[in-house]
Amino acid sequence: MTGYLLRRLLGAIPLVLGIATIVFFVLNLAPGDPASIYAAPTVSAETLEQMRRNMGLDRPVHERYLRWVGSMVQGDFGTSFSRNQPVRDVVAQLLPNTLILSGTALALAFMMGILVGVLQAVRQNSWVDRGLSVATLFFYSMPSFWLAIMLILVFSLYAGAVWNWPLSFPASGMISVDHAFMGPWERFLDRIRHLVLPAASLALVLAAGIARYMRGSLLEVIRQDYIRTARAKGLPEWKVVVKHGMRNAILPIITLLGLYLPLLFSGTVVVETVFGWPGMGKLMVDSIFQRDYPVVLAGAFLFAVMVVLGNLLADLLYSLADPRIRHG
Amino acid sequence: MDRGQEGLGEPLGPETFLLPPEGERGDDLAPSTLPEVGTEDGGDVRPSRGVGLSLLLPGLPQLLAGQIWLGGALIILWVGLLATVVGRWERVWGAWRGPLDHQVALLALVMALAGVWALSLQHLRRGEAQVGSRRQWTRFWRSFASNRLALIGAGAVVGVCLGALLAPFLAPYDPATQGNLLTHRLAGPSGEHLLGTDQYARDILSRLLYGARISLAIGLIAVAIAVTIGTVLGALAGYLGGRIDSIIMRLVDMVISFPRLVLLITVMALFRPSIFIIVVILGLTQWPQVARIVRAEVLSLREREFIQAGVALGYSRRRILFRHILPNALAPVTVAATLGIGDTIILEAVLSFLGLGIQPPTASWGIMVADGRSNLLGAWWVTTFPGLAIVLVVLSFNLVGDGLRDALDPRLRR
Repeated sequence: MTGYLLRRLLGAIPLVLGIATIVFFVLNLAPGDPASIYAAPTVSAETLEQMRRNMGLDRPVHERYLRWVGSMVQGDFGTSFSRNQPVRDVVAQLLPNTLILSGTALALAFMMGILVGVLQAVRQNSWVDRGLSVATLFFYSMPSFWLAIMLILVFSLYAGAVWNWPLSFPASGMISVDHAFMGPWERFLDRIRHLVLPAASLALVLAAGIARYMRGSLLEVIRQDYIRTARAKGLPEWKVVVKHGMRNAILPIITLLGLYLPLLFSGTVVVETVFGWPGMGKLMVDSIFQRDYPVVLAGAFLFAVMVVLGNLLADLLYSLADPRIRHG
Repeated sequence: MDRGQEGLGEPLGPETFLLPPEGERGDDLAPSTLPEVGTEDGGDVRPSRGVGLSLLLPGLPQLLAGQIWLGGALIILWVGLLATVVGRWERVWGAWRGPLDHQVALLALVMALAGVWALSLQHLRRGEAQVGSRRQWTRFWRSFASNRLALIGAGAVVGVCLGALLAPFLAPYDPATQGNLLTHRLAGPSGEHLLGTDQYARDILSRLLYGARISLAIGLIAVAIAVTIGTVLGALAGYLGGRIDSIIMRLVDMVISFPRLVLLITVMALFRPSIFIIVVILGLTQWPQVARIVRAEVLSLREREFIQAGVALGYSRRRILFRHILPNALAPVTVAATLGIGDTIILEAVLSFLGLGIQPPTASWGIMVADGRSNLLGAWWVTTFPGLAIVLVVLSFNLVGDGLRDALDPRLRR
């Protein structure tokens, strides 16, 4: 097992390095001079040159690349152009926020998706199944940024200002303005209230995909002979489905976990931008617009690492759920 | 629909041993085909009457024969097209002297009219011709046509494509011209502006129609690029194996594990966004899925008996790969491509929404959604309708893709 893990991690190194390299060269070969963005337009040519030297942009590309790789291996991602702060600190501030959002969304998505998928499979071809099929496909076809805006429209703006519902959710940010003056319990509630809409807009789209897979997978399993045996033994139907069927039907869903991580990240980019959620996705978009190369590079690198780790995790979970698969 | 099938079907015809080797040829279906078709057409009288009716109003004979869906769709299409011609007579008449997209629209209009006629007539005539002709496609079509949701999706796709092509005739206003800012800024849906206006008093319906062109064009071309690259590389990896296989598959792993949106945003932000770059980048980041599918198919196909027969006959490796293996591997590719169009359309919308895709004043659905954000409470329609349009189109493509998968997958056939 340890050998397998090591081999997988070693195999991931060229992958991650390759991705980082691509991003590096795309960034560095693109037209546009980051130094001129941060300088006032009236600044003299010498000052501009000095800024370039400070940012390390005066060197040839291959030299910059080698330096960047060298320092990255040591865990140093450079200094952010726009924030004048080590990239590591910036990421350390914002990464937890993204993990809170995406973790909640992922958990919600898998719970909802599996539940809906099982319900559909158990009631195959009934009205419930058909209705949910159309509903899941509807959400599956939905761009998450639009869903986010629609949720804001209904549950934040209209619910609060027009319909006067007792409960409306904030449309942006992670905490309220008066967060610092709240008691501990209220602070917690405040955070939850801010989390609801972003997490929902991410989770609903993901859940729709999961439900579709879950339904298909469980239907395939339920047709098998050993399920008939279980029924013939006189087991109650829920036990047949949950204990016998799910054990096998859940396997493809676990692989989805690895497959959905990149999706989740693109989702966070969009949803964080819409909701003004201070996380990695928003940081990436902002940094790209500001030509903040070190941050963009570190972000892309981090995304790649997380995707690789996610895939590894999915493989490990897979072998955990299915004893027939053993990684030696 | 028909043309797509023909394109795929071509290589299947001449090589008889190319038919699926598992003995799944339509023995069970063939006998039932005959009597059903016979009764449908009846004696000598009905075909000629049907043809007359069909010329008068395509779809009417089908409707009378009880095929409500097909007949209804044909009639709606026909009436809609005629209404366009009559309602926008001046624009249609002046189109052949107008700009290029008007000429294209005119061509599309004529072809659509002819197409509806031809479909209705061909459907009547098919009774006699059907028996010997490509049985595989008949089987596929029956399987697909029995899936009502897939048919609705296909109809919606055709409708949206027509709407996009005929936008110069259908759009009530110019999509980029500002209206009267004093009186019509952010006007709600009304008879004058069916879906309301945006903050520059531009008509949303017109912008939606023109935006459909962008979305569809980008979706179709990007997926075409992805399918071409993916099919070739996947086939080479699967067929040649060895070092080439491992190199290609490493590349696939790399591109697949990269968060696509991050790469897209990076590239789009750094280069001046243009439709060309968007299409190329979208296509270049999507091929790995196709390559994986094709490789898996090729791996299993090349061990089959009919390929060994080809080897025994002394066919060259290129001929075996491109004439015998690839055509049989295309079914799952078609499904992946159809589903991929939806994904691509969403991605393009995301890019445009972030301001990194299509640039204003060109109408793109993503930009339109973004435009409405600042006036969400006062003018919900600005954001809602473009988003619904995206959902509708992507949903239709997904429905078609699901239907194709069910119809093409022999395991699911009932």
